[in-house]
Amino acid sequence: MTERRGASATVVDAEAASAELPGRLERFRDLAVAMASSKTFLTGVAIVLFWVLMALFWEVIVPYDPQAVDPTASLTPPSAEHWFGTDNLGRDVLSRVLAGASSVLTIAPLGTALGMLGGIAVGLVTGYYRGRVDDVVMRVVDALLAFPLIIIAVLVLSVLGPSKVNVILVIGVVFTPIVARTVRSAVLSEREREYVAAARLRGESGLYIMISEILPNILSPIAVEATIRLGYAIFTSATLSFLSLGIQEPSPDWGLTISIGRVYLQAAPWMVLFPALALATLVVAVNLVADGLLQAVEE
Amino acid sequence: MSDANGLAAVGIEELTISYLRRGRPLRVIEELTLSIRPGEAYGLVGESGCGKSTVAMALMRYLPQNAVVNSGRITFAGEDLLRADEATLRRWRGSRMAMVYQDPASALNPSMRVGAQIAEVYRQHRGMDKTAAFEEAGAMLEKVRITDPGKVLRRYPHELSGGQHQRVMIAMALSTDPELLVLDEPTTGLDATVEAEVLDLVEQLRSDFDASILFISHNLAVVGRVCERAGVLYAGRLIEEGPSDELLRQPRHPYTLGLLRCVPRRGMRKDVLRLDPIPGSLPPLGANLPGCVYAPRCPIARERCHVEPPPPYGTGNGRISRCHYHNEVSEIPPGEQEAKPPSLPSDGAVLLRVEDLVKTYESSRSSVQAVAGVSFEVRRGEVFGLVGESGSGKTSLARCLSGLVDVSAGDVTLEGFKLSVREHRRNAELRRKVQMIFQNPDTSLNPRHSIRRILGRALRLLAGVKSGSERERLSLELASSVRLEPRYLEVRPPALSGGLKQRVAIARAFAGEPALVLCDEPVSALDVSVQAAILNLLLDVQTDRGVSYLFISHDLNIVRYLADSIGVMYLGQLVDVGPAGAVFEPPHHPYTEALLSAMTTLEDLDDPRPHVKIGGAMPSPSEPPSGCRFHTRCPRFLGDVCREEAPPWQQDVEGHQYRCHIPPGELRELQRATEGPSNERRGAAPRLPEENGKQ
Repeated sequence: MTERRGASATVVDAEAASAELPGRLERFRDLAVAMASSKTFLTGVAIVLFWVLMALFWEVIVPYDPQAVDPTASLTPPSAEHWFGTDNLGRDVLSRVLAGASSVLTIAPLGTALGMLGGIAVGLVTGYYRGRVDDVVMRVVDALLAFPLIIIAVLVLSVLGPSKVNVILVIGVVFTPIVARTVRSAVLSEREREYVAAARLRGESGLYIMISEILPNILSPIAVEATIRLGYAIFTSATLSFLSLGIQEPSPDWGLTISIGRVYLQAAPWMVLFPALALATLVVAVNLVADGLLQAVEE
Repeated sequence: MSDANGLAAVGIEELTISYLRRGRPLRVIEELTLSIRPGEAYGLVGESGCGKSTVAMALMRYLPQNAVVNSGRITFAGEDLLRADEATLRRWRGSRMAMVYQDPASALNPSMRVGAQIAEVYRQHRGMDKTAAFEEAGAMLEKVRITDPGKVLRRYPHELSGGQHQRVMIAMALSTDPELLVLDEPTTGLDATVEAEVLDLVEQLRSDFDASILFISHNLAVVGRVCERAGVLYAGRLIEEGPSDELLRQPRHPYTLGLLRCVPRRGMRKDVLRLDPIPGSLPPLGANLPGCVYAPRCPIARERCHVEPPPPYGTGNGRISRCHYHNEVSEIPPGEQEAKPPSLPSDGAVLLRVEDLVKTYESSRSSVQAVAGVSFEVRRGEVFGLVGESGSGKTSLARCLSGLVDVSAGDVTLEGFKLSVREHRRNAELRRKVQMIFQNPDTSLNPRHSIRRILGRALRLLAGVKSGSERERLSLELASSVRLEPRYLEVRPPALSGGLKQRVAIARAFAGEPALVLCDEPVSALDVSVQAAILNLLLDVQTDRGVSYLFISHDLNIVRYLADSIGVMYLGQLVDVGPAGAVFEPPHHPYTEALLSAMTTLEDLDDPRPHVKIGGAMPSPSEPPSGCRFHTRCPRFLGDVCREEAPPWQQDVEGHQYRCHIPPGELRELQRATEGPSNERRGAAPRLPEENGKQ
């Protein structure tokens, strides 16, 4: 719509003749081209897309019901019938791995989104207003960051009790200070720009300046941070299930299956191997996407 | 000094360079041919984006990864530079060819002492040991006439002034006695006083060293002062070349003429003549123009110019012009029109009154008084020019008036209303009345907002326009008042050129009928050819609407052209204030005198002026000198009285006053005497043929 490249420029007044007006569309296309030419990024996207499709449509794809117990076929090694073998209750591992994507891909994005929202809010306020609030909040953030992430999560979950919602909440809370830090530093450099001064001079409220003036200009670092966080969220969610603080039986969640399979590691390594591989591919893929984004943004 | 019979030190032949952008090659240099003789200073002039720096980087073989040399040759001391391998280049760079960059502060390693940095060059290229190299470094600093070289050697870069930085950079570049020295905008961004210092140094060094110099600058006057020959680059093509004083006196290309005409000349005033801008803007990078690249902006372009690229026509005396009609250039009539009288004559009522304004920046360890008790008045409909070197407190003063920072002490009133409060404590009425135009339109417009939104938001808050359709109508009106086509409302700032962006910023400031607009260096980030158009526009809207400007600039020619009253600031104090004519004529404060004389102007070519020099850097505002703050650098220093007693205000004619121990009568005599012919002339005098044997 804003494409004006073909428009013939008529000289109206001094230096008004610049004919080239690259529109929003064109810049988006440039970014898309840059990312499409990055193999890292494309590989990451392909793998993530695969798991997202599994999480959405596993029911029509899986060869067996992931919950169907078959005591006669327990712990059978990978075969033509059961590609990834079966577990201790005779459930098909392939079906369980494919179905297991859905819990991770619900918890991790929601937790990340929560953490991003909290972090953006805290980062915007502390970065824009500075002063005492900033000092206090940032010291609290420093203190929180001094604890290993997983310890806080374990502590909170053992008090709140394990549930999907609680895992999402915990991931969100734990990520908030980390995201806040990134956002704050982006805001700090952005607020010195003169368009912020101009907005203040025409009497814009602090809220308007933070949300409408500054936020759109720091979306790139935020997007990069979000993908990095997503990788960690997947990992954290799996870890919590593994520690049986997250998803409970009989869900085919990867962390949980690994935890159960651990006992049979000697007899049936496939019970652990395949969900672990699935988890690894997803985490690596998300990080590949993050790398690709970072590169595209920096160019 | 320049001998024409030697082989060229540097020869560039038919050089064509492209940059690959997203797989598409964009031509930035097109069949460039030039040569620099041994010991010659060659000036390359052009606006941003014309390819000046690409030429410099091609010479150093520092071209970025995505640059492609399509054709052409560069010979350096008879050898093919483009074929040289990395090892050879590494040996040459630094020893046979050296470069001085635009921003001296960032070109030095901040964590290394100056001595060690210079010594590194000797150790690298001469294989000297530490002590010998260090001694050589000291000797080199002496050659670049730095005061107290022994001390400077042990300092870190941040402890040096801008002029010292550039001296150190030049010392490093010259330390291996190179055959070629590339100076890329060595004075851009420096104060006029520092610029004069650096140019003096370059002049002086030319007799000590016999390096060929490629001097790159956007400033014609500077090139005219330093270089024997000059070339003008436009959109990657060398459009004119010749001996620099001839080229500047009698340009043979319409673009060169346009560049010369669009800067305000000495003595030019807004009430007499309008500035003469070059219409249009630079063609976008890699634009495919079949004919002459300048044709779309050229006042004498004809059919032929749009289809047939002009060859380099020889116009005699080694001059070249790429213009089909180079013979007609001298007859192009000036586009200057007579200035129109202001429609709202100023009634002389005081609009802004500033009394004893103090701004102190406190930090845990120190406090710096950026503005130290400044008082002045701005009348309705008046342009008040504020000048001074960087760090003199001009911007701090403007930020206090705008309310972006709080005032530490003193009274500021606008039409009787208290203005010395922060912007969020001002009411809508007061906010509307005081607006600001910033220096850099790239950062003063939100890159994510469309022009429509930028103007609409200003109209909503400053003019209180609630209805959307009314805002749309007024946005269009605002846009047309700054001569911005309606189609630009759709786009976002990154799609606009610098000049267009600044138009938007001006429109935004005028959204709510302001009474006072603070202009903080509004044209210094713009190209020369665009500056004139913006200055004309600023004047037009100012006279149409009868607003007052507080106009901050380091360019004294612009201030002299534009301002009705002028204030000169030094170290946070106002030292000279009054009507423009009186402030810029003797008697005036010795600092004003020094600032004026430090300016490098085109007029110096025809009418060399005597120069008073001020040495050294401005002292730190955290520890201002006792007595008169200017006494450490003052060319009219009297003695203990200046050191010990704060000078009184001396009253001159027509409300002109300055802060000095020398009364007007006496000072007038002193300053008039300097203008006499017997006085010391700076080595800077233009290179008239009979004057060749200087220094």
